[in-house]
Amino acid sequence: MTQHASPPRDSTGKVQSADGAPAWRGLMARADVRTLSLLGVLAALIVIGGITKPDEFLDTRNLQLVLTQASVIGVVTVGMTFVIISGGIDLSVGAIVALASVWATTVATQEYGFAGILFTAVIVGVGCGLVNGVLIAYGGMVPFIATLAMLASARGLALQITDGKTQIVTIPSVLDLGERDAYVLGIPPLVMVFAVVTIIGWLVLNRTTFGRRSVAVGGNAEAARLAGIDVRRQRLYLYLLSGLCCGIAAFLLIILSGSGQNTNGNLYELDAIAAAIIGGTLLTGGRGTIVGSVLGVLIFTTITNIFALNNLQSDVQQIAKGAIIVAAVLVQRRTASTT
Amino acid sequence: MPELTSRRGLLFGTAAIGAGALLVGCTSNESSDEPAANDQPAADDKPGKEVTIGFAGPQADHGWLNAINDNAKSQAKKYSDVTLEITEGSNDTAAQIGQIETLINKKVDVLVVLPADGKALTQVGLKAMRAGIPVINLDRIFNTPQAYRCWIGGDNYGMGLNAGHYIGEKLKDKADAKVIELAGLDNLELTKQRTQGFDDALKNYPNIKKVARQAAEFTVESGQAKMAQLLQAQSKFDALWNHDDDQGVGALRAIEQAGRDDFLMVGGAGALSAFQAIKQDSGVLKATVLYPPTMAASAIDLARALGQGKGVGGMAEFEIPASITLYSAVVDKTNVDRYMSTGFK
Repeated sequence: MTQHASPPRDSTGKVQSADGAPAWRGLMARADVRTLSLLGVLAALIVIGGITKPDEFLDTRNLQLVLTQASVIGVVTVGMTFVIISGGIDLSVGAIVALASVWATTVATQEYGFAGILFTAVIVGVGCGLVNGVLIAYGGMVPFIATLAMLASARGLALQITDGKTQIVTIPSVLDLGERDAYVLGIPPLVMVFAVVTIIGWLVLNRTTFGRRSVAVGGNAEAARLAGIDVRRQRLYLYLLSGLCCGIAAFLLIILSGSGQNTNGNLYELDAIAAAIIGGTLLTGGRGTIVGSVLGVLIFTTITNIFALNNLQSDVQQIAKGAIIVAAVLVQRRTASTT
Repeated sequence: MPELTSRRGLLFGTAAIGAGALLVGCTSNESSDEPAANDQPAADDKPGKEVTIGFAGPQADHGWLNAINDNAKSQAKKYSDVTLEITEGSNDTAAQIGQIETLINKKVDVLVVLPADGKALTQVGLKAMRAGIPVINLDRIFNTPQAYRCWIGGDNYGMGLNAGHYIGEKLKDKADAKVIELAGLDNLELTKQRTQGFDDALKNYPNIKKVARQAAEFTVESGQAKMAQLLQAQSKFDALWNHDDDQGVGALRAIEQAGRDDFLMVGGAGALSAFQAIKQDSGVLKATVLYPPTMAASAIDLARALGQGKGVGGMAEFEIPASITLYSAVVDKTNVDRYMSTGFK
């Protein structure tokens, strides 16, 4: 629990240690230990997979499969990480993905082809993010409540649009992106999008004022305000960013499943929050890394993959998943506190 | 500077309104298809005594339930002597109880109830029966036969059985045949029943072994994810049974993405997209086992016969039966045209 103490910060939100010298070295080292312990968990999983199912698990196609399955939730998690770092929460991500994916696959939208689908998915995501952001930043609503309301309404609207029907995508240029022929150097396009979003997310968080402001707002909003940061506007942008990520994820999901359904994105909010948390992001805000979150997503996807390859049933999968979340966080705490 | 901001604001504002207008135009999912129903009413077609039928179902949040509502409505419309009082669908037990009580207070002649949860709604079924309103219990069964006059519904065990027999007959001459199963939501009893039926049918074919089973969640997304894993786990197998055509859309997508076509696939439920794929016969999907939504149309027929004090056409009995379990027919290329109109989206 020692990590909860917020070190003093300078005006840009950079952390300083007690003697005034930059404390980033110490933080960096600690972050590295966290990341290393996550890599350790992932490596352990790979060993388990390799021993139990050597032929099926250690296979290029399986690597492509795991990364593809991680892409949709991965993109959502990058957005979620920013929101959590700033001390907020976004419970509406799954519902936004559902709404964006059905809005983008209606008969009317599909008439506009590839661009229409992409545009609609992204704009619906950003639009929902905007509503969340305005309600939270300027309406003074608690993020938990505002995004819970968005969850309910977006799911309802998605159901109203689809009428419960599965909307099948018939645009070849969209469907082709999910086929093996579209792989470039063996990398599926979905995975490329995931990688690009991850890299941009990392750059924004670590190399821009926007990123430093996000951390500052999460660490101590009042101090950030006194330091001259427009906390409200920063919050608005963060929910917009999360919405944007949901829109992109919805487009990926449309490519992957070749359809839009109001049940899409079921419990994404929990998966994304869990991945961010085991990735070392503090639920109270002020700390977190994109790399950790992405590793969290990869750990979950790899577990699912190993279980499926070993033909374990859903009951066992769920029990083990819970146990692994606890184990991963405990291992992380131990390694982090011993340094 | 303020001028610049306002111009930028204007620009963004206009863009936002334009995008909004375009998006709102894109919510339409209009299609003018008539919902399907069979053309053989239980009692005769001639107008008889006026009957008011109350219909309460769950929220139509997926294709099959949507088809249930459409079937009930269109069947009721066929009869000039039937008035249908249909409630807003709800998955909330308390809300559904309230709706059924309202229908009881309105003194409808017959109730047709598809409960969100059969066990939880037993009491209100009993209440209706005691109030002298006979209840047709649709599909999800009440706890006690006292709560309904007639139960009509699908056969989950039979779905598995028929899928297993169909696959068994196709593979009976193949030594060491391998079969895999993509099940539905494992939390539901019906999924267990389907799997049980499938396993029991396969016992008749000693040369066939079920090598893998994974449970999806009746959604396209989960169907794609679980099927992709199954395909990676099993480099070679001969047949696949998928419990549900909705998740089958995702499963077929995964099969296509993996470039596999060396097995036969049987679906479940009877979605339009599955029928179309079976008719086209260009992919792995060769058949699907029905869980017919036309049961809602049959329930309206039964309710009308009950209200008019008639029996079922084609049967010698004076009264309608107490229980009707529908047959889970296998639809393949040979009979798909006959069922095409019953396919749901």
